[in-house]
Amino acid sequence: MSSVRILYFAWLRERAGRSEEEVTLPAEVGTVGALMAWLGARDVELAEAFGMRRVVRAAVNQNFASAETPIVGGDEVAFFPPVTGG
Amino acid sequence: MQDLAGVVRVQAENFSPGAELDALLARAPGAGGVGSFMGVVRSDLARPIVALTLEHYPAMTRAAIEAIVAEAEGRFLLRGCTVIHRFGRLLPGDRIVFVAAAAAHRRAALDATSFLIDWLKTRAPFWKQEEFADGTARWVEAAEQDVVDADRWKDSRA
Repeated sequence: MSSVRILYFAWLRERAGRSEEEVTLPAEVGTVGALMAWLGARDVELAEAFGMRRVVRAAVNQNFASAETPIVGGDEVAFFPPVTGG
Repeated sequence: MQDLAGVVRVQAENFSPGAELDALLARAPGAGGVGSFMGVVRSDLARPIVALTLEHYPAMTRAAIEAIVAEAEGRFLLRGCTVIHRFGRLLPGDRIVFVAAAAAHRRAALDATSFLIDWLKTRAPFWKQEEFADGTARWVEAAEQDVVDADRWKDSRA
């Protein structure tokens, strides 16, 4: 069991109803993609938001990540829509 | 990584483009030209907005912009550059972003300016929300063209 910090931004934050949370992951959740599936299974709002997977982006420890990026205990994982700054 | 000559600021406060250009030139020895771009809050004439709020990922924003600056400095042999990006609630006409690049010659200065703003659009963790007069709000969607613009630089290492 390991604990990770999850952050949500922009409309994903609104859908989730929270900007961050600390979750304890089962051992089999070892990638960003697996984390999304696991979070979605616990929360229908998040599942719907992640359902638009094509447009959901992630970062692990403040670096852009993909579904295959590994996660370990202590990581900070952020989920957000495509960026629109500039 | 080498020390960046570039100045990166992420702030709520306004800035003065003239003062920033003077400051950049003062720390860019050997520069023969400076290119710059400033983005401002646009209000669609057909559906005016009352405000634009920029959310960002504070722990990541600065490092993401510094990585873009480091890439620009390497590609264009810059003598210096400045990137300022604001966050928070802004009004139509307010300044959002400022990039300026100093180089020995105009082509590098202008190309670096384009490069900086194109990569900022697709690699800096900011999100815009528009606020309308009727009280509704809408998250701005990423434009396909922004990705096309950023991809222009993929195969053009100067």
